[in-house]
Amino acid sequence: MQKYSILSLIKNAFSNHEKWDLAWKDPNPKNEYDVVIIGGGGHGLATAYYLAKEHKITNIAVIEKGWIGGGNIGRNTTIIRSNFMYDNNARFNEFGMNLWRNMSQELNFNVMFSPRGIINLAHSDAQMNAYARRGNSMRLNGIDAVLLNREEVKKIIPMADFSEDVRYPIFGGLAQPSAGTARHDAVAWGYARQADSMGVDIIQNCEVTGFDVSAGKITGVRTSRGDIKTKKIGLCVAGSTNVLAEKLNMTLPIETHLLQACVSEPVKPVLDGVVTFGAGHFYISQSDKGEMVMGGDLDGYNSYAQKGNLPTIQHVLTGGVALFPFLSRLKMLRTWGGIMDMSMDGSPIIDKTHIDGLYLNCGWCYGGFKSVPSSGWTFAHTIAQDRVHELNEGFSLNRFSKGYLLDEKGLGTKTWIS
Amino acid sequence: MLNIKCPHCGERSQKEFAYGGDGTINRPNLNSDISDKDWDNFVYLRKSPKGKHIELWHHIAGCRQWFRAQRDTVSHKIFKTAKLDEEI
Repeated sequence: MQKYSILSLIKNAFSNHEKWDLAWKDPNPKNEYDVVIIGGGGHGLATAYYLAKEHKITNIAVIEKGWIGGGNIGRNTTIIRSNFMYDNNARFNEFGMNLWRNMSQELNFNVMFSPRGIINLAHSDAQMNAYARRGNSMRLNGIDAVLLNREEVKKIIPMADFSEDVRYPIFGGLAQPSAGTARHDAVAWGYARQADSMGVDIIQNCEVTGFDVSAGKITGVRTSRGDIKTKKIGLCVAGSTNVLAEKLNMTLPIETHLLQACVSEPVKPVLDGVVTFGAGHFYISQSDKGEMVMGGDLDGYNSYAQKGNLPTIQHVLTGGVALFPFLSRLKMLRTWGGIMDMSMDGSPIIDKTHIDGLYLNCGWCYGGFKSVPSSGWTFAHTIAQDRVHELNEGFSLNRFSKGYLLDEKGLGTKTWIS
Repeated sequence: MLNIKCPHCGERSQKEFAYGGDGTINRPNLNSDISDKDWDNFVYLRKSPKGKHIELWHHIAGCRQWFRAQRDTVSHKIFKTAKLDEEI
């Protein structure tokens, strides 16, 4: 594999950048693989990469019905954080934060990880108390958490509406200074390129049509490009999880919902980090290009449409203008939607299943992007060793029936409760 | 924007409605033996098909009645709505 560096950039400048190697090959599927990963998004590609790197399993296919990086890894708002209260979520995502910090070097691909910080705004004394508690829990898990009062928040986001007669006056907030953003496409491409260089076959335009299961064991997968024999399948298909689960006669505690995001026209730097305004169902950051990147609630009903309706965008931006009045003068450039695998408690599932050789990675709700490295790492461990790692043992499939929910923030499918 | 036909009030904008999820879930009968599995199914497992979906809606900013709808989860087209005691 050609190494990307300033020297290779200069060298290729002499040939008008026409002689770069392809970043990954475009192979036809072989008849048999040791592991087949279904879903060529962030989670699937990261899983293949860590299987090859950490577990020396390289006879792997990543099969993707569209093109790699065309799903939620290309549709998110690029926020990376580990500001969780529960130990399972906190440790898992803080492990991921360490992988994020070295990702550009490790993948030899600039993912533009930018630890610019995140602030969750609080609007009452009770919420400040709850944030103090969450911040203390985070610190016990070695995560940087800073409780900010009103004046401290004002120093960081002076353009927010700090008047006292608003519906949700700003009392303060909880900050995680080490949180940040990254260039989402580069994450998919970086993992794909490295996985490919270690021998992983990345097979695009290849849709799964069925599974071969005999005596409770996976024996193969049927695709639009032929049947593939394998003993292990990892499912990383986010919003399409239910469609594939149906082919396996499984019902999962997952609903597929539509989540939208939007960006404004680019403006000069105004917002340094990420700000979430939970009370207004709104969060915002500013991209390196200057666009304000915004998102909020689900559209609110089961959907596979990958495109949203305007009332939700209007609702999100109403909250946005309430917090940052200057937004009302910006034009929106784009809105888009992705389909989310919403779990019933708002936390993910990374586990084995009742079928031998079938491994499940789903339930990422609003926050799949930040977990790409930690999810790939733990899922690779789960597949290679046929047992969960201690980092993902809390993300079990049977936690619902056992009563061990990870209901971190009352998220999940039930938006009407919020 | 979805336009939803409330079986009591007629067609209204989606803004008047709240969504209630899978409309085919039945609560286990009272005073019967309910296994953990049945209870798990009732509380946590929901159908989430790609295509036709029978679901509950609540006309919360209108007549405040619950009703069922049959809707396509890809095109969002609503084929039919019916009162709770009617067939759908």
